[in-house]
Amino acid sequence: MALILTEEQSMLRDSARGLISDQAPVSHLRHLRDSKDATGFSRELWTTFAEMGFCGLLVPESHGGSGLGCVEAGIVMEEIGRTLVPSPFLSTAVLAASALSRGGSAAQKSEHLPKISAGELLAALAVDEGTKHRPLQTKLQAVRSGNGFRLNGSKAFVVDGHVAGLLIVAARTAGSAGDRDGLTLFLVDPKTKGVATERTVMVDSHNAARIDFGNVEVNADHVLGEVDQGYALLEGVLNIGRGAVVSEMVGLSEEVFGRTVSYLKERKQFGKAIGEFQALQHRAAQLYIDIEITRSAVLKALQTLDGDVANASAAVAVAKARAGATATRAVQEGVQMHGGMGMTDQFDIGFFMKRARVCEELFGDANFHADQLARMRSY
Amino acid sequence: MADLEKFRNETRAWLEANCPAEMRKPMTAEDDTFWGGRNAKFSSEPQRVWFERMRDKGWTVPHWPKEYGGGGLDGEEAKIVRQEMAAIGARQPLTSFGISMLGPALLKYGTEAQKSEHLPKITAGLIRWCQGYSEPNAGSDLASLQTRAESDGGDFIINGQKIWTSYANYADWIFCLVRTDSTAKKHDGISFILFDMTSKGVSTKPILLISGRSPFCETFFDNVRVPKSHVVGTVNRGWDVAKYLLQHERAMISGMGERGVGRPLGQVAADSIGADEQGRLEDPILRGQVAAFEIDEAALAAAAERMVDLAKAGQGHPAFSSAMKYYGTELNKRRYEILMSAGGIDALEWESDRSRGGARPRAWLRTKANSIEGGTSEVMLGIVAKRILDLPGA
Repeated sequence: MALILTEEQSMLRDSARGLISDQAPVSHLRHLRDSKDATGFSRELWTTFAEMGFCGLLVPESHGGSGLGCVEAGIVMEEIGRTLVPSPFLSTAVLAASALSRGGSAAQKSEHLPKISAGELLAALAVDEGTKHRPLQTKLQAVRSGNGFRLNGSKAFVVDGHVAGLLIVAARTAGSAGDRDGLTLFLVDPKTKGVATERTVMVDSHNAARIDFGNVEVNADHVLGEVDQGYALLEGVLNIGRGAVVSEMVGLSEEVFGRTVSYLKERKQFGKAIGEFQALQHRAAQLYIDIEITRSAVLKALQTLDGDVANASAAVAVAKARAGATATRAVQEGVQMHGGMGMTDQFDIGFFMKRARVCEELFGDANFHADQLARMRSY
Repeated sequence: MADLEKFRNETRAWLEANCPAEMRKPMTAEDDTFWGGRNAKFSSEPQRVWFERMRDKGWTVPHWPKEYGGGGLDGEEAKIVRQEMAAIGARQPLTSFGISMLGPALLKYGTEAQKSEHLPKITAGLIRWCQGYSEPNAGSDLASLQTRAESDGGDFIINGQKIWTSYANYADWIFCLVRTDSTAKKHDGISFILFDMTSKGVSTKPILLISGRSPFCETFFDNVRVPKSHVVGTVNRGWDVAKYLLQHERAMISGMGERGVGRPLGQVAADSIGADEQGRLEDPILRGQVAAFEIDEAALAAAAERMVDLAKAGQGHPAFSSAMKYYGTELNKRRYEILMSAGGIDALEWESDRSRGGARPRAWLRTKANSIEGGTSEVMLGIVAKRILDLPGA
C-alpha cells in the first residue's frame, strides 16, 4: 500500500477541511472559552458532524456507520487539530465507537452504535487515575456483588466525561496494580447512584472531567468484553485513540508552523523581513523537516492500525513519541518567533501551545512511548 | 493488486532460491561491498554468484529499462523487490555511483548514444565511476568551480584540480563539472562531461582521513583531451545536470540513516554493557537515547517510503531530498555516537584483531563526513528554507 492518501481519502480531507475551517476556526474555541460555555463544545456542530457522516466513521455499516478506518478518522482529527475545535469526535466517534465495535456484545452494539452514528449519544473512556497515563496501574476496584459488580475508585482526565451519556470504565476485577490480567471494561450510565462527575476546565479550554465511583452497582451484562481479560481490548482501543491524537498533533503542528513562516515573511526588523536571518531560516527548515517526518510516521501508524490493531503497538509508540516531540518544538518555536506577540492572548499561537501540552499527556507522553518501544524490543 | 501479489510471491521465491545464505548476513567488512569495475575482484564465491545471478535477472538496477540491462520494473514492482530483499537481509549485489548518481542523470539528459554506451556497463558492473565535483575553493559554493575546459576543434582540453573525489584511485571513468565559459555568470558557464580516468594527464592522490583510511582523493587534470561528444546535456548548461544528480546523491546519502544494520541498536548496546534484572539496558540515560534514536529511525524510514510514493504520484517536491539528506546524515552520526558510548573502552581499540582493526571507531569517524559530503547540513537547510519554505533572501 502506498504511504499517501487515496483519492477518496483526499476528498474526505477536503470536505472536513472545508467544514471545519468555515464553521469552527480558532475563534470558535475562543468564543466558547470567553463565554464560559456550560458544555465547552457546540452541539450544533456535532449535529453537522453527524450529518456529514463523521460520527459514524468507525461504526460498522450494519449499525448505521460507514465502516471506515483509522486513516479516515485521522484525516478528520488532523483538521480538528488545525483549528483546535473542542469536539467529542475523539471521545465518542473514535474511542467509544471502536471499544463497542471491537468488544461489544450484539445487544450492546445494537443499543449504542446507531445512536453514536446519529450524533445522539456522547460517550467517554475513563482510564487514567494517577498523575501520568499508566493503564496497567489501574486500581479502580470492581468486586462481584449480586448479579453484577460494585465499583469503587476515581478516574481523572476523562475526555468529555462531563457531557457523556455513557462511560466506558477500566476497572480491576482481579490481581493488583501493574498486572495485565484482571482488568475489565464496564459500560456505566453516569446517572447511576454513586457516580460523581466534576468538570475540570483545562489549560487548553478543552473538555475533561474527574469522576468518582462510590459503591456504584453495575449489572453483569454491562461488562464490555470478557471479565479479567479486558486489557487487550483496552490496549487496542487506546492505540486507535493514540492514532487519532497524533493526527490532531500533526494538524496543529503544521498549522502553527504555517502561521509562523508567514510571520517570518511579514515581520520587519533592522530594515528587512526577519525571515531573511539565517538563524531563523535554519530553525524553520529543521522544524519543517521534523513535521514532514512525523507526518510520515503518523500515516504509517494509521495504516498499520487498519491492517491489524494487535500488531500496531510499535508503529503507534513511534508516532506518539515523534508527534509529542514535534508538536512541542513547533509551538515553542511558534511563540518564540512571534516574539512579544506570541505571548499575548490576542494572538492565537498560545492556544496551540496549550493544546499541544494536553495532547502530549493524552494516552502517554513521549517518554512513556519511548519506554514502551524499548520494552517491545527487549532492552 | 492481484498481479502485484503474484509478483511478490514470485520475487520471494526467486530470492529464496538464488540468494546465497552468506549474502543475507549483515556486512561487516569493507570488501563485503562489491563495486564492480575493470579491476574488480570478488571477495568470496557467494559474492560472485549473487552478483551474477542478479545481473542476469536485470536486478542490479531493477527499475532501469531492460535495454540497458535493468529489470524494466515499474515503481511498485521495484518497491516489492526492495522490500523482499530487506525481508531476508539480502545485500546489494552491486554498489556504484553509476547506479546511484550518474545513471539517473544520463537517463534524463543523455543522448541515446551516451545511454547505450554507458548504462549497460553500469548495470553489468563493468565500469566503476567517480564524481568530479568539489574543488579546493569550491565546496559549499560548488558553482564557483575553476577547472577549465577549453575548446580545441572537436575536443575540450581540461586543466584543474578536484578534491574529495570518492575512490578516484579505483575508478575507471569520471563524471566531471568543468567551466566552459569563464565570462558568464558562475552557474551559466559550467558543463557536465564524462571521460576515462586512464586518459593522459589524469592523476589521483589519496587523502588520509581522521579514520586512518583514504576513501577520498585529490584528482589532477593536466591537459586532458576529451571529445566534445562526451558532454551530457547542453554545453554551459551543466549546472542543471549537476543539480539533478545531486538530488539523487542526497537521496542515497540520506539512506544511510534509515538502514537498520542487523540487530536493533538497543540490543547491540545491551550486548556490550548489559541489562538490569528487568532486562532494561544497564545505563538508563543511554537507554532513553537509544529509544529516541530508534523512534527517529523508524520515522525516517516511513518518510523515505512516503517520499518515493509521493514522487510516483507526481506530488513530491524536488527539493525534499535535501530535507532527507539533512535528517538521514544527522541521524547516522547519532547512531555512531550511541555505538561508541555503548562500546565503551572496547570501541577505542584501533588496531587489534579483536576490534577488527578498529572497525567501529573508524566507522564512527567516517560518519562525520556524512553531513559535509554531497552538500553540508547547513546548505541543505538553506535549500529547504529557500525552495520549500520560500523564505526571503535565502
